[in-house]
Amino acid sequence: MFKPTTRHNIASSSHLPEVKLSKRHSTSGQPSSRWPYRLNFYERPPTLDITLEEFETFAIARLQVLSHIESLSHRSLPYAQLSTAIATYLKQHLPLSSNTARNVDLDAERRKDEIGHWVLRLAFCRSPDLRARFLRSEISLFRHRFETDDVAERAQFLRSLEFDWQLVDETEKSQYAHELRTCMPWGTKDEQFKAESWFKVPWYTVPDLVGARRVFIKAGMAYVPQSLQISLVLQAFGSRLEKALELTAKNLPRLDEDERLFPVIDHLAASFLSGLGASDYRPDGETSGAVVTADMVDDVARKHFPPCMRNLYERLKRDRHLKHFGRLQLGLFLKGIGLPLDEAIIFWRKMYGATMSDDKFNKEYKYNIRHSYGQEGKRANYPPKSCQQILTTNQPGTQDSHGCPFRHFSPENLQNFLISTYPQIDRSSPEMRDIMDSVKTAHYHVACTRVFEVTHGLKKGEGLSKDGESVVHPNKYADRSRELEREKLEAVKAKDEDVSMD
Amino acid sequence: MPIPIRDDPMVDHDPANPQVMSAFYRRLFPYRPFFLWLNQDHVPAKLYTHREFAFTLQGDVYIRYNSFHTSDDFKKEVLRLNPSRFEIGPQYSARPRDRKTLAAGALQPQRRELVFDIDMTDYDEIRTCCSDKKICKRCWGFIAAAVKVLDHALRETFGFKHLLWVYSGRRGIHCWISDQHALDLNDDQRKALVTFLEVIKGSKEQSKKVNVRGAKDDADLHPALKDGLDQLKVDFVKLILRDQDCFRSERGWEALLAILPADRDVIGPLRSKWQSSPTASSEERWADLVDAVKVLRKGNTTLFRKYERAMEDVILQYTYPRIDAEVSKHRNHLLKAPFCVHPGTGRVCVPVDPSLVDEFDPDTVPTVGELLNELDRIPPEHVEGGTKRRAEDYEQTSLKPYVEMFEEHVAAILKDGRGVKRALKEESMDF
Repeated sequence: MFKPTTRHNIASSSHLPEVKLSKRHSTSGQPSSRWPYRLNFYERPPTLDITLEEFETFAIARLQVLSHIESLSHRSLPYAQLSTAIATYLKQHLPLSSNTARNVDLDAERRKDEIGHWVLRLAFCRSPDLRARFLRSEISLFRHRFETDDVAERAQFLRSLEFDWQLVDETEKSQYAHELRTCMPWGTKDEQFKAESWFKVPWYTVPDLVGARRVFIKAGMAYVPQSLQISLVLQAFGSRLEKALELTAKNLPRLDEDERLFPVIDHLAASFLSGLGASDYRPDGETSGAVVTADMVDDVARKHFPPCMRNLYERLKRDRHLKHFGRLQLGLFLKGIGLPLDEAIIFWRKMYGATMSDDKFNKEYKYNIRHSYGQEGKRANYPPKSCQQILTTNQPGTQDSHGCPFRHFSPENLQNFLISTYPQIDRSSPEMRDIMDSVKTAHYHVACTRVFEVTHGLKKGEGLSKDGESVVHPNKYADRSRELEREKLEAVKAKDEDVSMD
Repeated sequence: MPIPIRDDPMVDHDPANPQVMSAFYRRLFPYRPFFLWLNQDHVPAKLYTHREFAFTLQGDVYIRYNSFHTSDDFKKEVLRLNPSRFEIGPQYSARPRDRKTLAAGALQPQRRELVFDIDMTDYDEIRTCCSDKKICKRCWGFIAAAVKVLDHALRETFGFKHLLWVYSGRRGIHCWISDQHALDLNDDQRKALVTFLEVIKGSKEQSKKVNVRGAKDDADLHPALKDGLDQLKVDFVKLILRDQDCFRSERGWEALLAILPADRDVIGPLRSKWQSSPTASSEERWADLVDAVKVLRKGNTTLFRKYERAMEDVILQYTYPRIDAEVSKHRNHLLKAPFCVHPGTGRVCVPVDPSLVDEFDPDTVPTVGELLNELDRIPPEHVEGGTKRRAEDYEQTSLKPYVEMFEEHVAAILKDGRGVKRALKEESMDF
């Protein structure tokens, strides 16, 4: 059993009395005293015992959610679509139910939510850039939960936070009645005005409302109606988290080292930087069943390869050669799409062609292919490389072709590559602009997802799956592409059958 | 041939002459109040020591990231470099001069006065008296109207107290706000405030530049803008209709019609009437418009409302402050310091009293040449026992009232600051 108790306390420098709770498994729907509400400002660091495994898995779950929210927010979806996309993803990866929910282990959900948050704080406090991104995603997540929360429970939660917002009394309300009304949406009825109440806060605590001229301001105080309260809450959530993160960053070097913890934290931060949740590719049953032979590779490449693999394959065809990391990246990918070892050997032999003697191939290259299939050396079955690995490890040198085109190509070369490779993409098309914009802001996976959408006739924002999943692994790109093709084929077949029935 | 002796030998004091500037920095620049104004305390604090100063030397050499321990250090450097002007930046997280020894990203702007910049160039499309770099007493009217509205909004709406308005030396005005919570604003908050105040937006190709009534362009004005509008109505008649006579020329009244809602029954008759009377004054044309809109009141109330709102927007577009938003949004923006000399005009950047801004005439602002001449005329001093306090040089020139205004402003800031400090001390005693 591992206890991160002391670490959390140092990192947050909280003076609250220590509340020690052992792992609790209440199956009743009643919330415990530790987590009375669904929403959480994460003000009190958890001081409970957790296992090392939980430490990592809870954090990864939350990280996936945050990365997903982040990539969604870069796709400028309409608000309603964004909200449902977040909701479906959350339900799957990090559900969090209201007190009214039945048959749910509320404590377990909330415990997971809280621990995940605090572990990620440790991972993301280290650079201003990471802090800003973490903060933005956390605010979006909180906003989503706040908006979807049970009204009564939300009100209770807000009361528990004891904000020192000053309520505008009736005399002041009637004094500024005219001004307050002009700031309400046009066509507000008298009853609505009477029922509304206002908080008075310094104007700079609600910059978004001030910038949009949505509140009345007098002598430095903004009059925020109850209906716009969310701005106040988000502002409070954001500024407290920001301060806490800075404090954690200052204290992190003093955190007494536990060599089991730092690799986990490092890994989490690295994953987030490349815009993805940490996940290895595991081929699922359906697709791995379809075996690819050496002869089929060329056809599959044209239809289903993601840009990085397509690039490597074209290079290989042209130069009859690839450097080591290029061979590795492409080879493992091919293994992932179902090219068996003997077919792989045939494939590579064919590709090198006459430029290489059989002797040389057998001596120097066959071994490496067998090695990557786990047949030599320590016999490890290496998984295909994920986008994160491609983006962050083994940066390509001047002679190398591996890597991610979106990250490692110059903008002009990337454009030329996309145009010559994909007939659906045009130099001046809006899709090209989308792609180049994402590249400029270093959201390579978003750019890649966009390419997937364009080349598969999907609408913007549809992504790899229904909830707008973005590309995190070259093999997922290929799998989904082949799946779509199958669906299309089946649809055609069904139609044909219909026709023949007539 | 006898050389004619003038009893008032006017020496040519060109601000481009290094010796002139050197004499100005040596004898006239008010270092003490300048230091107190930035530092807000008598002992040099981070607000001064971590503050960036940027010098422009003769020949347009630009030196950034200077910082100083004390006011004397600053003075020494100014005298040594003899800059043609200098600018003030924010208080950084470290001393800007040490930036090369710091880790990357360790030099971050932290606190800074909230500043505004209004420049006459933004009014070029509407002013009729001058253009480009010129400015006269007449076009100062735009600046005066802007200052009054902005001053009111900043004090009444946002609750700031310590506003220093400074003439920029040629055709604009700056405002420096030294309130504690103004110094503490981050960039997001500054941006929000500027967006709130910014009413005139849009490029040259866009005629209607005021869009402040929501997505459907039909909402009532925000109370703060309504306040501004009420103030501006008077200036609109005086400045736009009478003095500048903006709608007399065809270009002028066509610009007006382009902003109004395009309703053929209203615009058509107006246009033909105005075409047939090329010499009618702006006041007459405006009256025509008011009459045409009045007719609508009985028959078509929706259209009447639309025109009523549009006329309010016209007033805003012609008189509302046109602020240079970028200057105010970021803490690290540099802005020319008060009491600098404008290299082109030689005029000193003097403080302006916002309540008397209508009477302010940029042509009466002392130039460095005039000030040095005044110094030259001071009779040699008779030292009597050495006890008498020697008057500061500026006190014997026409710079005196401006320095005094500055000193009063600084005293008010210091008084407020002391109050804050005392409160902090008492709080810490509680523990």
